[in-house]
Amino acid sequence: MNAKRTDLIATIVIDLIVASVVGILFFLLAYILTAGLPHVSWSFLTGATDAFSGAGGIGVQLFNSFYLLVLTMLISVPISLGAGIYLAEYAKDNWRTSLIRSAIEVLSSLPSVVVGLFGFLLFVVKFKIGFSVISGAIALTFFNLPLLTRNIEESLSAVSRSQREAGLSLGLSKWKTELGIILPVALPGIVTGIVLSAGRVFGEAAALIYTAGQSAPVTNFADWNPMDPASPLNPFRPAETLAVHIWKVNTEGLASNAAALSAAASAVLIIAVLLFNLGARLLGTYLYRRVTASK
Amino acid sequence: MLKQYSFEETAVQTFDDKTSLAMKTENMQVFYGENHAMFDANLAFPKNQITALIGASGSGKSTYLRSLNRMNDGIATVTGKIWYHGVNINEPGVNIYEIRRHIGMVFQRPNPFAKSIRENIVYALRANGLKKKAELEERIEQSLKGAALWDEVKDNLDKSALSLSGGQQQRLCIARSIAMAPDVLLLDEPCSALDPISTVKVEETLLELQKKYTIIIVTHNMQQASRISSQCAFFHLGHIMEYAPTGTMFSNPQIPVTQDYIAGSFG
Ligand SMILES: Nc1ncnc2c1ncn2[C@@H]1O[C@H](COP(=O)(O)OP(=O)(O)OP(=O)(O)O)[C@@H](O)[C@H]1O
Ligand SMILES: [Mg+2]
Repeated sequence: MNAKRTDLIATIVIDLIVASVVGILFFLLAYILTAGLPHVSWSFLTGATDAFSGAGGIGVQLFNSFYLLVLTMLISVPISLGAGIYLAEYAKDNWRTSLIRSAIEVLSSLPSVVVGLFGFLLFVVKFKIGFSVISGAIALTFFNLPLLTRNIEESLSAVSRSQREAGLSLGLSKWKTELGIILPVALPGIVTGIVLSAGRVFGEAAALIYTAGQSAPVTNFADWNPMDPASPLNPFRPAETLAVHIWKVNTEGLASNAAALSAAASAVLIIAVLLFNLGARLLGTYLYRRVTASK
Repeated sequence: MLKQYSFEETAVQTFDDKTSLAMKTENMQVFYGENHAMFDANLAFPKNQITALIGASGSGKSTYLRSLNRMNDGIATVTGKIWYHGVNINEPGVNIYEIRRHIGMVFQRPNPFAKSIRENIVYALRANGLKKKAELEERIEQSLKGAALWDEVKDNLDKSALSLSGGQQQRLCIARSIAMAPDVLLLDEPCSALDPISTVKVEETLLELQKKYTIIIVTHNMQQASRISSQCAFFHLGHIMEYAPTGTMFSNPQIPVTQDYIAGSFG
């Protein structure tokens, strides 16, 4: 077989594989959206859920998902930024570093339901925090940290060594070089990673069922004092998220229109995740232009 | 088959007390782990002159140069003395950040920051506490003029440095170094990634700069060494074999290894 023919066949096979992947994705998206979107309405997006049957709107769940996301990111981004900078720049190549790396790898491969159960036993039961936003956020942090740390480390390491040498040769300290020269170049990659992980966190259910809980008590959206039990910002209240809601409506929902409800909620979830992906791209490109001053 | 030369037979010039020196190394050794890469380096660099370091690939030119401003810290072990203004800067207590501000460096591949042209020059200045806007603007203009880049970029200072050509980027790196007002400038094959026209520009720049700075330049190009340098040191397998005024070195090399290298019948 000559080289040209081999090339042709390989190209066709690869094209077919790509086409089927794209095809499956579009089929899934089209299916979920056509099944769900007709049931989505303003009152569905903002309305309250009937606590007993699970029927009604998803307003509180939608808010909970975003609130949990913000809280999770507030905890996990600074930690993984520190860890990523440490691993990329300061960690020596020795057994301790490889131990840290293995630990991160193991943590990233823990099934999320196990992380959820761990969070349940430790925070909910042992520390008596109860089903709460904060328990959920910490569980999600465990689940989020390893991937985010890896992403940050890789984005930093991808910046050429010569950039570091340039900084050091001008008498800048290692820390100043890292923060002022390397981090801006790596920022688009880091931000993309953060937004993508936000999409993952937003769609996570298993880790939250036993930590953030499965109930969405009616909250008073006029009360923004985080200390009040009825305030939506209170981190110690149980908070069923959208993904958990879908799971619940499907498994124990008593509403007569459970199928339509979960289809609609799924469509909303998918759209949110797609928006995160799109946002990651746009923000990444925008930031790259900003920091490198290229128009 | 590589010819064997004796490392005992060397011809390294020294300077009398009347010559004012910018820097000097005494019995400097460099080790990369177990690998002994630089042996007994004794060189002195007269002020306001260009000294060229030549030699085959792997002979230790970069190793030597990078030791001078402690850029080998954390990469290699450097022993011996490096004299700079009467201070041995190869001591643990020395402030290496301060040293590097006085002894600037330009690398083989242009490495401007992924920032605007202006930021490339002022970033390190600001980090060192220079905040006055007027003075920063002054430094930008002076350094870009010094590196013969001003006319080409003066209307586009906010453009990304990455959008410049390779030769312009390298001159920006030179400008960035001289903006720190160093007194020694180390250059490691600054023209190897450049086309002939950019090379000529950089060489002219260096000839102009030697009025204010002491320049030590590594080059693979013997024509370049003879065009711009006053002193020339020849490196071979981690040893400094010959050090002499450039004219003498090229017209009348003292020892066989240099003679062969310059005649191009090396190895
Ligand atoms: N970072 C490093 N780690 C280990 N060994 C190194 C390192 N850098 C250089 N060496 C070794 O030191 C010796 C001298 O290398 P050096 O880079 O100084 O040579 P050079 O004269 O600059 O060569 P070239 O002209 O190719 O740049 C070589 O044997 C090289 O393998
Ligand atoms: Mg070199």
